[in-house]
Amino acid sequence: MRDIAIVSFVQSDCVRDAGALNEVELIMPVIRKVLDNVGIQSAQDVDFTCSGSCDYLQGAAFAFVLGVDALGAVPPIKESHVEMDAAWALYEAVLKIRMGQADSALLYGFGKSSPGELPIVLSQQLDPYYLSPLWLDTVSSAALQARALLDSGKATEADMAEVVARSRKNAKSNPHAQLKGDVSVDELLAEPTYLSPLRKHDCCPISDGASAMIIATVEKAKEWGKPYAVLKGIDHRIESHHFGARDLTRSVSTEIAAKAAGVADGPVEVAEIYAPFSHQEIILKKALGLGDDTVINPSGGVLAGNQMMASGLSRVGEVANRIIKGEIKRGVAHATSGHALQQNLVAVLEGA
Amino acid sequence: MSAQAEVLQQAFTLGYTYTRTTGPVVGRFLTALRDRKIVGIKGSDGKVIVPPMEYDPVTAEELSEFVDLPDTGVVKTWAWVKHPRGKHLLDKPFAWAQIQIDGSDIPMIHMVDAGDESKMSTGMKVKVRWADETKGFITDIACFEPA
Repeated sequence: MRDIAIVSFVQSDCVRDAGALNEVELIMPVIRKVLDNVGIQSAQDVDFTCSGSCDYLQGAAFAFVLGVDALGAVPPIKESHVEMDAAWALYEAVLKIRMGQADSALLYGFGKSSPGELPIVLSQQLDPYYLSPLWLDTVSSAALQARALLDSGKATEADMAEVVARSRKNAKSNPHAQLKGDVSVDELLAEPTYLSPLRKHDCCPISDGASAMIIATVEKAKEWGKPYAVLKGIDHRIESHHFGARDLTRSVSTEIAAKAAGVADGPVEVAEIYAPFSHQEIILKKALGLGDDTVINPSGGVLAGNQMMASGLSRVGEVANRIIKGEIKRGVAHATSGHALQQNLVAVLEGA
Repeated sequence: MSAQAEVLQQAFTLGYTYTRTTGPVVGRFLTALRDRKIVGIKGSDGKVIVPPMEYDPVTAEELSEFVDLPDTGVVKTWAWVKHPRGKHLLDKPFAWAQIQIDGSDIPMIHMVDAGDESKMSTGMKVKVRWADETKGFITDIACFEPA
């Protein structure tokens, strides 16, 4: 199987409201930078392009097609889209390259969540007969999961606050982060509940923005002459859409994906985990089999800023950039999709 | 050109202009709700799933063995909504809960109108509050209330 090189990754700042900027204007700066990093001109210089976004955020069918305007798709390019986080666009491109259909790919994810009521928009991800008519929003389903975890004794509210305090602290060194600073566990626990048992800080903020990545075969990366990280393994799994049929205190799909991606085949120096709610990082750390010697979310993770449909790709990009800079040799990235960690993707990255 | 050019007009309704059947499993559950009854379905391992699923979540086997159930149950996990959103169906603070209907094994998600968070606890007993008019929708269960 052909090894895949992650050559370049760029993300925009996480902002609560991008104002008058439209999606294309959010995407264009990161596309420009990610191309410049590689030293290529445009989407014409890669074999394949794939994006991740959610038409429900824009409120129009096929809204993602407008995003292609950010590429300049004339003459025609080979292009695809996933109605998911762009981490799954990465997965599609990896398959394409492994099958020999492309040697290089440009990926991007974008989301402008600010115009709508995001937790309610995302309630429409649920099944159309039993749940979405009830308008079960994403904060509420996460709160149900958090209570189940607390009741099980696998975590405490202090453990959840510790995740938040560490996220805010780590985010101080992340120029793209939206929420950062020094805050103590005691201060966090003194806050009132928001959607009990969750406090407001247990929930990721709503952010606008985009991210982009360029991957290629190792041969192509060498031709470009740029440093790169190697994607050693990638896998994704999904659980039942019936919440009651899942053990909400575990992430079985992450466990399977982690095994298939080869997380345990070597030391994990850094893990970037897509946990939109603090308790989910606790569930995912266990599902990924990570010990206390792994640095989790040095970027601050998505509790410091959550660009819908881009944050998963950004987890992979954060780990890749640390490897490219020579800070670490091996790391793990995780992305999630759906309510209460329904679907999960795990990627293992190593130095060249 | 005339100043009074004809303006073309066409009425347009934004929405789904078709209907669809909910099928033998989801449809049976929703029809039972219209009759103020709850049915579950047996999974591959014999566990009773509510609301019924068409296929087993583990084996993917097609399921067909229905089980009549009462309209009472137990709260397995819950979350308290202090500030209901505009779309939420209750306009006062309420709980979301996973409710294991008595005689079933796999819990369902619905709302509990308990009045105050202090009235909520994992393991509490609840019963259905039926809507005034039932139509064959999940919202025929207006919510649950402490039993």
